[in-house]
Amino acid sequence: MQITKSIPPPSSGRLQRLLKHGDRPWQMLIMAISAGVLILVVGIGFMLWQQSISAQRVLGLKFILPTLNASWNPALNQFQAWPFIYGTFMTSIMAIFLAVPISLGVAIFLAELCPPWLRLPLNWLVELLAAIPSVVYGLWGIFVFLPKVVVPFGHFLSATLGAVPGLSVFFAGSIPLSGSSRLAAAMILTIMIIPTITAVSRDVLLAVPDHQREAALALGATRWETIWQVLLPYGLSGILGAVILGLGRALGETMAVTMVIGNSIGGSPSLLQPGYTMASIIANEFSESVSGLHTQALIEIGLVLFIITLLLNFIARLLVWRVSRRTPQEARA
Amino acid sequence: MTTLTTTFSELMNRHRTARQARRKVTNAVMLSLTVLLTLLALIPLFWIIIYVILRGGQYINLDFFTRLPRPPFMPGGGVLHAIEGTIILSILAGLFSIPPGVLAAFYAARNPNTPLGMAVRFGTDVLSGVPSIVIGLIGYALIVEPQGHYSALAGGIALAILMLPIILRTTEEMLKLVPHSLREASLALGAAEWKTSLSVLFPAALNGIITGFLLAIARAAGETAPLLLTALGNDRYDIGQIVRSGLQTHQNVFQILGRIVNQPVDSLPLTLFKYSQQPYPDRISQAWAVALVLMIFVLLINIIARAWVQIRARRLQG
Repeated sequence: MQITKSIPPPSSGRLQRLLKHGDRPWQMLIMAISAGVLILVVGIGFMLWQQSISAQRVLGLKFILPTLNASWNPALNQFQAWPFIYGTFMTSIMAIFLAVPISLGVAIFLAELCPPWLRLPLNWLVELLAAIPSVVYGLWGIFVFLPKVVVPFGHFLSATLGAVPGLSVFFAGSIPLSGSSRLAAAMILTIMIIPTITAVSRDVLLAVPDHQREAALALGATRWETIWQVLLPYGLSGILGAVILGLGRALGETMAVTMVIGNSIGGSPSLLQPGYTMASIIANEFSESVSGLHTQALIEIGLVLFIITLLLNFIARLLVWRVSRRTPQEARA
Repeated sequence: MTTLTTTFSELMNRHRTARQARRKVTNAVMLSLTVLLTLLALIPLFWIIIYVILRGGQYINLDFFTRLPRPPFMPGGGVLHAIEGTIILSILAGLFSIPPGVLAAFYAARNPNTPLGMAVRFGTDVLSGVPSIVIGLIGYALIVEPQGHYSALAGGIALAILMLPIILRTTEEMLKLVPHSLREASLALGAAEWKTSLSVLFPAALNGIITGFLLAIARAAGETAPLLLTALGNDRYDIGQIVRSGLQTHQNVFQILGRIVNQPVDSLPLTLFKYSQQPYPDRISQAWAVALVLMIFVLLINIIARAWVQIRARRLQG
């Protein structure tokens, strides 16, 4: 801008002046479009709110509160979303539980131990894992992963954790023959969120300044002690951010989950039984909804999902951003 | 006295060596554990790729790409409708996402610290975290509801909203990488800001922008959830048929294009999902074949895009 202004306009001519003055419209155009992107983001929340407003009035807060015998019966206009909220959170939290140790292991290997020639191909492979479409995960899940891995693992869990008091609620009963269950959804989600958590925590580990490593090693710490007692605590909030990002991804994942979770509004809270999630009820029932209230109730579920993922993303970005901000200043201290 | 001190120091030494050994063992165990976990994480990738190739490869033939589906229990038939639908949806999604994405990226890269620039970057992050099924609901509310019918147009717009953050982000990163000296040289020669942006910055960043677009298309081509609520699916979709009947009744180009984008369409992932839910073995087999086509398409685009970035980066460094 400064430079443009300091140079006197070149010898007149209408065209040249017009070209010069093209700056104002150009600035206006890119500003307007940027504002449009923002309006789109805000508009998503607003539209979901507005499109479900009469469901909010009719169904009230009871719609999303925990209940024991929730009923979802579109024909009778009975709508309670608790089974879906429960299913979404159970599968996602279980997925996080399984994915975090694996992802941290991969991230540590990629950032600290991997020989340089192997780093690029491995990064690619992890990224390809994220690129496989979720319907392909679902198809592979139904015909390969469920019978081969999930069913044996489910039997193992019900035999071991099913007898532990306190946990037995979540591992009660025996897994269906097909394997369709909340556990299956959780395990597919595990595979799908590993790339997200791995990539962000790897970047966080790489952002830890070298003097931290050198100091720990100089004090006689082993490689593992350096990683476990120095690097991980240093990057803790960033890694927490990575985990929350992964959680957000798991909550919103639709197709693979819909294909393996069994889609049933059963009463049993067990992980080994079929269930439903917020995303999969929308995918299954939306285009065949029987009444206006049914459609609105589904949109309200979408609104709840949107608000949850929005909050999680906000927290995660804040945490990751804090690590990357802190690093350069403390590097000098 | 002397014996006592020797035993004491011996004990200390033994204790120390034992601790050293334990620390060494822990170190070795944990480090090899990370290697094992890395292998564990990659097992599903290879398992899926190999299994899909083996299962899907058996059912791929020319008919698969050139025919419409036939009723269940009748062998043969293909997924031409889904291939055409995927192409139409990708074109529409590209049309609606590239221009706004690139233009907004110009603003965000040029004014990173103004309130609007910061808000745009934050909004992009938010948008990339919105679940795809919610994007589908938006597509429904924006297009399907007012129009009164499902359509390729609604699907294209939903996919465009999904692609927008990817395109905006990569373009912005690439524009930031263009050396300041190029910009300043152009301005010093008297070119206006907009001309500098379009004829200097844009070409310099073009490779990166194309990469972002490829990655975005790869993501959109594999998406199913938003299409369930917007494009719905249509196993009689046949562009050739639409064009032929349009020409016979002397419609102009816009009417024909209108008919192409204004009806429900299928896409490859949508077909895969529907076939996988059906009890007919033929359909399941075709679902595997669709999975193979889809996976090859998506993985190839990913590999090409990433290789491109690597080569460019190396050239810039060297």
